[in-house]
Amino acid sequence: MSTIPPYSVLWLQAGSCGGCTAAAMESDPKLLIGASSFISLVGHPAVCEASGAEYLDLLRSILSGVTKIDALLVEGAVMLGPEGSGRFQMASGFDRPMCRLVEDLAAKSRHVVAVGSCAAFGGVVAGSGSRTQAVGLQFDSGKAGGLLAPGWRSASGLPVVNIAGCAPHPGWIVETLLLLSQDALGADDLDSYQRPRFFADHLAHHGCNRNEYYEYKASALEPSQQGCLMENLGCRATQAPGDCNRRRWNGNGSCTNAGYACIACTAPGFAGSQEPFLETPKLAGIPVGLPVDMPKAWFVALAALSKSATPSRVKKNATESRILVPPAPRSRTQK
Amino acid sequence: MTRLIVGPFNRVEGDLEIRLEVEDARVKEAFVNAPLFRDFEHLMQGRYPLDAMVIAPRICGICSVSQSAAALSALAASAGLAMPTNGRTVLNLMQGLENAADHLVHFALFFMPDFARGCYESRPWHDLAVTRFKAGSGGLGAEAAQARSRLFRAMGILAGKWPHSLALTPGGSTKPVDAAERAGLMEILGEFRRFLETHLFGMPLKAVAGLADGAALANGAGGDFKLFLAIADDLDLWSLGRSKATLMSFGAYPGPEDGAKLFAAGLWRDGQMLALDEAAIAEDVGRAWFQGNAPLHPAQGATEPDAGKDGAYSWSKAPRLAGRTAEVGALARQTMAGQPLILSLLAAHGSTVGTRVVARLVELARLVPAMEGWARAIDPRQPFCLPFPILASGQGVGMVEAARGSLGHWLTVENGRLAAYQVIAPTTWNFSPRDSNGVPGPAEAALQGVAVEGNAASPVAVQHVVRSFDPCMACTVH
Repeated sequence: MSTIPPYSVLWLQAGSCGGCTAAAMESDPKLLIGASSFISLVGHPAVCEASGAEYLDLLRSILSGVTKIDALLVEGAVMLGPEGSGRFQMASGFDRPMCRLVEDLAAKSRHVVAVGSCAAFGGVVAGSGSRTQAVGLQFDSGKAGGLLAPGWRSASGLPVVNIAGCAPHPGWIVETLLLLSQDALGADDLDSYQRPRFFADHLAHHGCNRNEYYEYKASALEPSQQGCLMENLGCRATQAPGDCNRRRWNGNGSCTNAGYACIACTAPGFAGSQEPFLETPKLAGIPVGLPVDMPKAWFVALAALSKSATPSRVKKNATESRILVPPAPRSRTQK
Repeated sequence: MTRLIVGPFNRVEGDLEIRLEVEDARVKEAFVNAPLFRDFEHLMQGRYPLDAMVIAPRICGICSVSQSAAALSALAASAGLAMPTNGRTVLNLMQGLENAADHLVHFALFFMPDFARGCYESRPWHDLAVTRFKAGSGGLGAEAAQARSRLFRAMGILAGKWPHSLALTPGGSTKPVDAAERAGLMEILGEFRRFLETHLFGMPLKAVAGLADGAALANGAGGDFKLFLAIADDLDLWSLGRSKATLMSFGAYPGPEDGAKLFAAGLWRDGQMLALDEAAIAEDVGRAWFQGNAPLHPAQGATEPDAGKDGAYSWSKAPRLAGRTAEVGALARQTMAGQPLILSLLAAHGSTVGTRVVARLVELARLVPAMEGWARAIDPRQPFCLPFPILASGQGVGMVEAARGSLGHWLTVENGRLAAYQVIAPTTWNFSPRDSNGVPGPAEAALQGVAVEGNAASPVAVQHVVRSFDPCMACTVH
């Protein structure tokens, strides 16, 4: 009987808030407590018994090639500042900058995975006004090349795999690792920002509870109202990669379902401007950010048409915090 | 005298390195270094006020709801906005969910696994500790992780996603809860209560909350709580890592219409409860990698990094209360809340590893029934949220309690944009470096005198003391 060797993973926290780890705690199977049949966690700062000197030994053994790892997972932005010194994050116990440790460990790993938008692109830490020279592993916001050069490849031949999201869905983390462990994630399975296409080829909009309001452009004016959040409240779900509304969070939750805008946290540079997050920028009354792949003239024409065709029920409910007008009752045989 | 550098510290949130000066097999002096700086306060500047609700939670992925709560309180104060009762109830509930999960995870996954280590092989409780607490294989770790996920379905209902939800806003909650969802919340909380009563405490929550003193504790406790008490007695965790800092709580969980808090605010010094004076808070950067001289109140505070500063050893500032250090967390909260067992343990032992851990567990037992009450109090027919007005200028402070203690946000709005933003997080208090007067932070002081056994490079007693504070370094230097 042959056994499938477990895929060994080292999880490192760079300039992080710990939120990706917190999200991963919710994964199914529970990666962080060793519940996966295929993935074994060699080290993770939140759950390992080893600490201090014991943990340094483990990291040194990986650096020297004695202990082999299949994947290096990095959570958090890479801090290159001040002035390229990396001193904004010194690797605890190592007396050297974390960015150098990440580089060295990346060279020892078959795959390198950025967990979350910070590690992928720099995220909020690299957002507008940043003065820490925070970057992602292989991107600096939307620009190719971060800590590692655009042409950098891990031992597997793959570039850094970017599990974008702030935080990423726990399912994205587990499924990416499962695919990598089975050599079933190739370069063609990544999009132009190196995000796995199994989630990035969807839009956060897909499966949104507010679909009927969207169809009729029946919009919420204020938070806690039921209408579509795109026209006024800043929702970017029609432009944001991710299957968040299809697979749902923490049971059956999602951002738009809970009444607030998708801020496109899977996109590089999502915090890169000082435009307000929770208001829709408009030009002549028309949202500047239109749904992807949608020609502006068609959007304007369809929006005008659908607004004029909006059922009074949908129009009324859109600005209420609960359904006031139910759909008209209709039996199966009714014409 | 020998020097030990202890790090990386696993099973704490975020980056931590501690330098120990050891003499006669005891810690003579400890220097706590928070080695990561992300500059969040600066990232706020120039943004629209409401955008603080996007940036602030991302300071910390573990207590993102608390960061949101502090930010929205500061914004609401700046705008003179009061949220509807439902909004306040949902806010309490979401903070309670996160706080409860944090306490459980700390006990099950961070603190207790150290007692399953090989160094305790000879102790009578060791086999049981391995079965229940061993990292990666202990029964409690798996049960707690599962219970947390089951509990966080309530977060799915209220927050949409966690961490980093935008459901909380200065005017309330963007998610109206309907009657069926409210019923679902009650069921989820009931399941969590059963888990705690069956596994963690081995007794009803009401009985845990009602424990009056050490004797009642010794007779009453069951489950993993009882095993912890046996370990605490055997290793005398009751005298380990004693802190003499003032205990401080900003107070947590205001009642309807901003009424009395479930856990009162205040200070505890020399066995006496004192009033908290927000104006007495100041941050000192004498030994931190920041520019500046005199300690500043956070409303006037500044965060200008200076990585080359002589004598500095941490990215954490040193917050002080009228010049004194303060310890924050569940122990302080339950002291100010007048919980009889905690007052009794505090009188007997002071603030130590043992009392800090018990306070967290007792708080968990008190919190869950309160959360059930909040879920019940949601009125699906009433409003949940008010819109945030356009704010040209204003100043506000948001003072809340995160799981790990007092969290404050101080902000100024000028010309419709955030002009200044300062954060003091719980672990900034507990794990502060020395100040300009050379006074060590609470954890640094609590480590003095701790035994360094044999040739241990990372002494286990030091680890108990550090983890007993449940440090969150991500918050500490934001």
